[in-house]
Amino acid sequence: MATEKITMPQLGESVTEGTISSWLVKEGDKVTKYDPIAEVLTDKVSAEVPSSFTGVIKELVASEGETISVGDVMCLMETEEKGAREKEKTTAEQPQTDPVPTEPDQSMKKRYSPAVLRLAQEHDLELNHVTGTGKGGRVTRKDLEKIIQSGELPQKEEQEASISSHTTSQPSETITHAGDMEIPVSGVRKAIAQNMVRSKQEIPHAWMTVEVDVTDLVSYRNRMKKEFMEKEGFNLTYFAFFVKAVAQALKKYPQLNSTWQEDKIIQRKAINLSIAVAAEDKLFVPVIKNADEKSMKGIAKEIFEFANKAKANALTSQDMEGGTFTVNNTGSFGSIHSMGIINHPQSAILQIESIVKRPVIINNMFAARDMVNLSLSLDHRVLDGLICGRFLAYVKELLESMSEENIQIY
Amino acid sequence: MPVMSYIQAVTTALKEEMLRDEKVFILGEDVGKKGGVFRATEGLYNEFGEYRVLDTPLSESAIAGVGIGAAMYGMRPVAEMQFADFIMPAVNQIISEAAKTRYRSNNDWNVPITIRAPYGGGVHGALYHSQSVEAVFANQPGLKIVMPSSPYDVKGLLKAAIRDNDPVLFFEHKRAYRLLKEEVPNEDYVLPIGKADVKREGSDITVITYGLCVHFALQTAEKLANEGIETHILDLRTVYPLDKEGIIEAASKTGKVLLITEDNKEGSIIGEVGAIIAENCLFDLDAPVMRLAGPDVPAMPFAPTMEKFFMVNPDKCEKAMRELAEF
Repeated sequence: MATEKITMPQLGESVTEGTISSWLVKEGDKVTKYDPIAEVLTDKVSAEVPSSFTGVIKELVASEGETISVGDVMCLMETEEKGAREKEKTTAEQPQTDPVPTEPDQSMKKRYSPAVLRLAQEHDLELNHVTGTGKGGRVTRKDLEKIIQSGELPQKEEQEASISSHTTSQPSETITHAGDMEIPVSGVRKAIAQNMVRSKQEIPHAWMTVEVDVTDLVSYRNRMKKEFMEKEGFNLTYFAFFVKAVAQALKKYPQLNSTWQEDKIIQRKAINLSIAVAAEDKLFVPVIKNADEKSMKGIAKEIFEFANKAKANALTSQDMEGGTFTVNNTGSFGSIHSMGIINHPQSAILQIESIVKRPVIINNMFAARDMVNLSLSLDHRVLDGLICGRFLAYVKELLESMSEENIQIY
Repeated sequence: MPVMSYIQAVTTALKEEMLRDEKVFILGEDVGKKGGVFRATEGLYNEFGEYRVLDTPLSESAIAGVGIGAAMYGMRPVAEMQFADFIMPAVNQIISEAAKTRYRSNNDWNVPITIRAPYGGGVHGALYHSQSVEAVFANQPGLKIVMPSSPYDVKGLLKAAIRDNDPVLFFEHKRAYRLLKEEVPNEDYVLPIGKADVKREGSDITVITYGLCVHFALQTAEKLANEGIETHILDLRTVYPLDKEGIIEAASKTGKVLLITEDNKEGSIIGEVGAIIAENCLFDLDAPVMRLAGPDVPAMPFAPTMEKFFMVNPDKCEKAMRELAEF
């Protein structure tokens, strides 16, 4: 059983409505297909409307004398067949796949229409700073008209113009000589290059270096090294101690754990330390998440695992996202002083240089001490010398006090 | 003000003009005793008699030719083609004679004829009863082509066509005949031929169209307004010669233009509208000019599914207008 609708048919070429002059059936009547059920009058003709189905008249929806549009329901019928409505239902019940939320498409951001370019020129607007509401992030004419009306015009700055002209300039043709090798730039290399250019151009870098006496740490670690390896199955590196100290210091000076956002500075709560891991021609920066909450062993283990993954090319993008500050182990290459480029959008990077035995004066006497330089690059928009000086002093204090008595590995 | 259907507005305009000027007469197939197959001339035969409402043989070239001759002698004939599709045998008369007489005779002669014809699909009429033929005549200087979209415009423009001193083709959408109703003043009024009309003000997108599609665009605009999309709608009303100023103004207003016609897309009226916009509005355009039209197939199909595929309808309008608004 199914309920079917009988609708007003089109009774002529220009007819859009019809008047029911009389019903030839009443509710409850049995009719067979093609039986006349009503007389309908239009501007042009008077005609009998045949039933489209065999069944019982359930309800006369339109009354006699009523004028209804072509396609509107005249009456309802109960039929034996499986009705159209049920068929509709089954199709409607098919699972609807939810649209997968995707990143907003920005492919049209730099496609400007003639109207947009004209308005930008007339009002000296910087289109890079306009958020487009059009398809693919396109800046629409209406977007600009709204901005112009509001009077808050993002104007071109001279300096910025000169920077962007640098970035857009094509590399000049370089002459190659016999024996020179041309190496195509790989995806990773290109990404590194772009990030470095961006970071170096956007962030006003400033630098600072402190010298730390880690003699006690070195002797402790040398004593523990073998035992730890046997017990845990991986190396207890110096780097783990430095990472631990930096995490602790960031807890005290969260200013360095932040991001520049043009009109605001975002100070991060989580201390996620990016560590640079080199693998031949590539550079990865996996992240030790919540480093301040991890033990020395935990940190050492994560560094070990990241290094292995990097060698096997198995680092995932999850491993590498969310960093808030970078610790860079430049000492492993023998460097004793370097000036790092900040890992955009973080606001500082700390280079841990080589530990070198050097003569140092303590209490007016020479002593052979294990010395290490810590070089900090800072985003001068976010940070100043004072706060960074205090931060470095605190890292120094933490490292110099690390000795057998107070180091907790577990 | 009485509410009138589109076809009642036609009848009213004819009647009022026949009362006003005894030079006005009607000729065509079945226009007399029967009152026209669509009832456009209903009652006129009884009121004005057989010499002012002439039933002609089934010969469109004669209907046009006789009309043209009478017009040159100072009469104001209103010739009816039963369906616009049937105008083809009269094309030679219309294009070679009516359109060119004033030019050829250096202003000594003119042809004040109005040729009415119902056009358009969506009525299950298929080939011979559904075509849009305006593009055939739309590059013949000397002709004017009027295609009204509402009862009010029908009355004002048909009167203007009859009073015009040159030949006017007056195409009426047959589906609009009984579908569209609105208040039409009893008074005598004429609307200017050659002037487009803003049917709705809006700031997001511009729709330029004519005929029944104006109605679809208005319906869709109403719906989209609930979502904050404001549509500017320009009704061309006269599709030849085009109201260039009106088109430029409407296109420049939003910079996002959708052109709609029920006719086949290629070589249609809206192609010329697109060219006018391209020539004049480049620096105001914010999106490629978009066209919604019938497919380039030879005729309106008969099968309901295929007719639906061919015809412009509110769903197609909505899809296109939304796409343009989002661009």
